[in-house]
Amino acid sequence: MRHIISLLIENESGALSRVAGLYSARGYNIESLTVAPTDDPSLSRMTIVTFGSDTVVEQIAKQTDKLIDVVRLVTYTESPHVERELMMVKLRAVGAQREEAHRLVSIFRAKIVDVTDSTYVVEVTGDSGKIDAFLAAVPSEQIIEVVRSGVVGIARGETALKV
Amino acid sequence: MELSGGEILFKCLEAEGVDYIFGYPGGAVLHIYDALYQQEAVKHILVRHEQGATHAADGYSRSTGKPGVCLVTSGPGATNAVTGLATAYTDSIPLVVITGQVPQAMIGTDAFQECDIIGISRPCVKHNFLVDSLENLATTIKKAFHIATTGRPGPVVIDIPKNLTDPKVKVPFHYPSEIEMRSYKPATAGIMGDVRRAVDLLLSAKKPMIYAGGGVILGESSTQLTALSRELGYPVTNTLMGLGCYPASDEQFVGMLGMHGTYESNMAMHECDVLLAVGARFDDRVTGQIDTFCPYARVIHIDVDPSNIAKNFPVEVPIVGNTAHVLDDMLAVLSETNRRPDSDALAQWWDQIKSWQSVDSYNYDRNSKLIKPQFVVEKYCELTKGEAYVTSDVGQHQMFAAQFYRFDHPRRWINSGGLGTMGFGLPAAMGVRFAHPDAEIACVTGEGSVQMCIQELSTCKQYDVAFNILNLNNGYLGMVRQWQEFTYESRYSNSYVDALPDFTKLVEAYGHVGMVIDKPGDVEGALREAIALKDRLCFLDFRIDTEENVYPMIEQGKGHHQMRLNPRRSEFV
Ligand SMILES: Cc1ncc(C[n+]2csc(CCOP(=O)(O)OP(=O)(O)O)c2C)c(N)n1
Ligand SMILES: [Mg+2]
Repeated sequence: MRHIISLLIENESGALSRVAGLYSARGYNIESLTVAPTDDPSLSRMTIVTFGSDTVVEQIAKQTDKLIDVVRLVTYTESPHVERELMMVKLRAVGAQREEAHRLVSIFRAKIVDVTDSTYVVEVTGDSGKIDAFLAAVPSEQIIEVVRSGVVGIARGETALKV
Repeated sequence: MELSGGEILFKCLEAEGVDYIFGYPGGAVLHIYDALYQQEAVKHILVRHEQGATHAADGYSRSTGKPGVCLVTSGPGATNAVTGLATAYTDSIPLVVITGQVPQAMIGTDAFQECDIIGISRPCVKHNFLVDSLENLATTIKKAFHIATTGRPGPVVIDIPKNLTDPKVKVPFHYPSEIEMRSYKPATAGIMGDVRRAVDLLLSAKKPMIYAGGGVILGESSTQLTALSRELGYPVTNTLMGLGCYPASDEQFVGMLGMHGTYESNMAMHECDVLLAVGARFDDRVTGQIDTFCPYARVIHIDVDPSNIAKNFPVEVPIVGNTAHVLDDMLAVLSETNRRPDSDALAQWWDQIKSWQSVDSYNYDRNSKLIKPQFVVEKYCELTKGEAYVTSDVGQHQMFAAQFYRFDHPRRWINSGGLGTMGFGLPAAMGVRFAHPDAEIACVTGEGSVQMCIQELSTCKQYDVAFNILNLNNGYLGMVRQWQEFTYESRYSNSYVDALPDFTKLVEAYGHVGMVIDKPGDVEGALREAIALKDRLCFLDFRIDTEENVYPMIEQGKGHHQMRLNPRRSEFV
């Protein structure tokens, strides 16, 4: 089963390698990992998408939380939350392909953010399912390049991951 | 007061109450060694290999409960310390290891003796720090000691770039007496509701078992564990790491459990209906085949590290907290109730355990014409009344020491249980000696293991460090040979130690006393002589039965109830 672990970690050199090293040393899966500083520059927020049985993920969460630099950690699997991922995809866009791309962009409420006479760069935001669906809707020979940010998540309502 | 980095370091160590550091100099720590030379509070022990420094600091720590401290140079000095870090990490031993690093401006340039010890050590330390500025040095050291010694203890590395210890650069010095870290707040008390549930469950048991590990010793909770066990009258078993946390000579003690534990403790584990696990981590050498482990037990698990709970085995009542604190709470709950264990059921359970005990699973051939390794340890235990500090290496000799030396106190049995590091015993004994100048200390080792850090005999000479080395010399990498006998049809692939040195000459060359003992009748005399020679290091080379095996044994893939017993046991009297 897929799980999202979200955490605040001291924004210190080597912090990312501690998390990444732990996952490879213990053989945990990482589907995606994102990290960036928060409004408090001394803290980074990290979102890890991993999969495994509930007991495995409980171990993953505990082991991650045990890292000295990790300040707070939550697992979003059960609780209501919003998750988003951003993708930029470069599409071949010549002739009829241009029209078709526009149609998809409007259906998926995506954006065209770069245009040349033969290519479009489309920005799609949503949960991972929506992004997968967009990619599935585009004929594969039309896809030139794909870059995905990985998932970020936040709890719904009053609950907050804060120090 | 303005101080240089080197001066700050020693002021901090002094403030932490560090009396000894174990180390070895080199380019990146020359400034630090110069500051060391000009102070007196901290005494430095010059080892002969950085691995020896880490094991000595480790032995010092295990025998005292205080953190062990090392100082090594960058590059090879730091990498030589890695085995010692991993050894301490696996057994949760608090060490602070200071490594020199190339100057900040040269980091990342493949400079001479540069290596990324932060990266290399990361998976085998509790935490590590690359010091980024002289202003942060003192707080970093404070954090290192705090992290190493609290919660589940462990080793911490402080990597100090050389420019930060330049004697010409000084900053104001202040050592914080306390430190708060928002990211690190280890648990102390357990949840009271869980404590009550645990006591309830314990009192409902008909076939209870108490399984106590190294965490009881690290958590300084042997007194509480003993009090609780006695109050309940339940059988107690110890892991290899827990030996001494409950007195071995007490009648409620059923011996060590696991791969080479007693038949009775393993059978009792298999049959028990309620299991109290304290400071133990359900290691595979303890549980045997996990799907047959404790099939009838409802489990209570007390541990300071939440990630130890339900890692290998599901638990009904988990309690995260300091073992002393939680056990105190359990004793308090117990004193408030007049419920007591079902005495009839308990009497029956003890009858059952006594019948398993009658198998006498550790028994060996006492009439042999050859020296039996068990006999050596048994005699040594008898002569030292079970009061010695015993360090060990890894192999059959380690198991014989664990089986036949009966530890009545915590912190007396010092071995690399988790990582199984050959070479640990000799330097560890050296570290114990600095902490306990008058105690009786022995290193029980094998001719394979002892050669892995034998250079430390030179350190022992330099500092007049005296203890006894009981070399159970079977001419084999015995534990390897035993597995090859059992599972590879006695194909002894590279388990024979050919061309052994003449150990007596070797230790004499280092300035110590050596003896060869090859007859059972000479064992006691030699031991007495060595024990009496208080101010000399004695190396007793016991030429033992070369093909003795460690029994009983849970083989790979087997459960607690499927122990292999000594096939010749009916012949023993
Ligand atoms: C550094 C290291 N290398 C290899 C091993 C694997 N190993 C475990 S026991 C053993 C044999 C030890 O031989 P010896 O010290 O003579 O002890 P004995 O078993 O004969 O008592 C070996 C090689 C180890 N534990 N540590
Ligand atoms: Mg041997």
